[in-house]
Amino acid sequence: MATVQDIEIPDSAARAAAAVEEAQDIQGEKMVLNMGPSHPATHGVLRIVLELDGEVITKADPDVGYLHRGDEKIAENMTYTQFIPYTDRLDYLAPLANNVAYALAVEKLLGIHDKLPPRCQYIRVMVAELARISSHLLGLGAFAMDTGAVTVFLLTFTEREKIYNLAEAASGARLTTSYTRIGGLMRDVPPTWCDQVRQFLKEFAVALDEAHTLLTRNRIWVDRLRDLGVISKEMAIDYGLSGPNLRGSGVEWDLRKNQPYLCYKDLDFDIAVGSAGDCYDRYLVRMEEMKQSMRILEQCCNKIPGGAENKSHEPVNVADGKITLPTKEKVLTSMEELIHQFMLVTEGVNCPPGETYFGHENPKGELGFYINSKGGGTPYRLKIRAPSFINLSILGELMPGAMISDVPVILGSLDFVMGESDR
Amino acid sequence: MSALESANKIKAKFGALIAEPTEFRGEISLKISDAEQIFEVCNFAKRQLGFDYLVDISSVDNYGEDPRWTVVYHLRGIASGEELRLKTDVSEEKSELPSVLPVWRTANWHEREIYDMMGIRFSGHPDLRRILMWEGYPFHPLRKDFPLAGKPSDLPGVAFTQVTPMEGGPFVTLPTSSDSIAREPRVRVPEGAEPAISDKRLIGGKLI
Repeated sequence: MATVQDIEIPDSAARAAAAVEEAQDIQGEKMVLNMGPSHPATHGVLRIVLELDGEVITKADPDVGYLHRGDEKIAENMTYTQFIPYTDRLDYLAPLANNVAYALAVEKLLGIHDKLPPRCQYIRVMVAELARISSHLLGLGAFAMDTGAVTVFLLTFTEREKIYNLAEAASGARLTTSYTRIGGLMRDVPPTWCDQVRQFLKEFAVALDEAHTLLTRNRIWVDRLRDLGVISKEMAIDYGLSGPNLRGSGVEWDLRKNQPYLCYKDLDFDIAVGSAGDCYDRYLVRMEEMKQSMRILEQCCNKIPGGAENKSHEPVNVADGKITLPTKEKVLTSMEELIHQFMLVTEGVNCPPGETYFGHENPKGELGFYINSKGGGTPYRLKIRAPSFINLSILGELMPGAMISDVPVILGSLDFVMGESDR
Repeated sequence: MSALESANKIKAKFGALIAEPTEFRGEISLKISDAEQIFEVCNFAKRQLGFDYLVDISSVDNYGEDPRWTVVYHLRGIASGEELRLKTDVSEEKSELPSVLPVWRTANWHEREIYDMMGIRFSGHPDLRRILMWEGYPFHPLRKDFPLAGKPSDLPGVAFTQVTPMEGGPFVTLPTSSDSIAREPRVRVPEGAEPAISDKRLIGGKLI
């Protein structure tokens, strides 16, 4: 038998009024949150002072400089060749690309950057593209991990290991490669290197497909990236963004195509360009760039002058005793070469007075070197245009309006490295 | 239109202010004799000649010479692909020139860096703080008279020069607005409604 009970209904209007009163105390408060300098999502030592309204960012002030080592000052106090190891430590995720960029900048000052031996050009393109894949892989792995997808990180780091092995085979070092010299390379690649690259490409194609499967159509990934951190075309140009961040906003600008250097004009590749300029577009552009780098590497393996084993003894250094070091036998048997060796090592490559700027399409963007020379073996002033530094300057405008959980996503999509930003 | 033609156009517009363009390794440089005019020249180059991309701003310390500073601007037109270098000298007594921040917003951090490293000030810059060194550091390390080994300073290398935002509790709070739903950036699109941006997009000319 059912019983009838009285149910007490509290005064809903009074409760609502109390809630409003309560809310007034918590409303109207902004919070300043200090993110970094040591935070996993900042990929280095970047500090961002965030002003929050609830979970929404109202102001962001990035603070850089924690990794400042004074590379520009150091460069003024040593010869051009001595500075090459310092370029390894700029974008330490792609040291080979930095080596190539710096060598080309000094060679432009010498007026020989378009007269390099063809084999040297091909090897430089190959190491630069390997560096691009390696850098994008780290960027992608860390980006996905910050967003919560850890599997991709394991996948990309397995592939990066293989690129490190290739760098080691070519230069003897895995990270601090210092592979280029003014006017050429430290040494030719070993005879089996091209086959190793081919083998890597075969394995990497599978891994890249797997990464695509894991992310590109992943609902969570797409939801978190889409329409977030939108950079319009005009804004990207105005802020001087470069690399995938510029192309992700739909600007078709790639120094490899627009100002072709080395042998890029003989190679067939496309530029990946985004349309919306959000984080998802920047992700897609990087994925496509890796595919294009594979195409470039494939062509280089087939077209490299002298073939993989270099049976015809194609040179990798310019034939100018005043720029590149002579062979050891020549130093020991010939007076002229001995003098050249002595002068090159003690005084450095004698550069003409003048000023040049050379921009190289690095994985992170345009790495440029402005060299002001008064003649002699040391630069009077060497300015490094660091793409990460400039890409970060947009944060103050990009962050407001996003939520705090979006911060790692935006940072990951910009893909910067502090060693380069702070110099 | 080549970079040289653009350089000549700037020269035609500003006359005696601009020296004859010089070429070295295929790069065109233009020297502007009065640093006070750099804003006008840059504004003209961007609005009239299409140099919409500021690649870089560098500074050179011509120690022992007068004027001591040279500020170097690298301009680029994304559409045309041409590049131009503008240079202007600033004397040590003045150590100041107009900011080009209203022309290109990327100039913000470049100018802060030059102020930090060389000690050249930019008038009209809204936020001219140190960027690589810490606030309160007394020297400008890229000057030629600054020793490579550095100088001791009263303020050693500190991580934070301001009161940390954490002081006085887990966080500090400031007054703000009240509408928390309107400012929510990611309100879900209801079922069946059009998404804000189409699901399909172009990458490398391919629809994916």
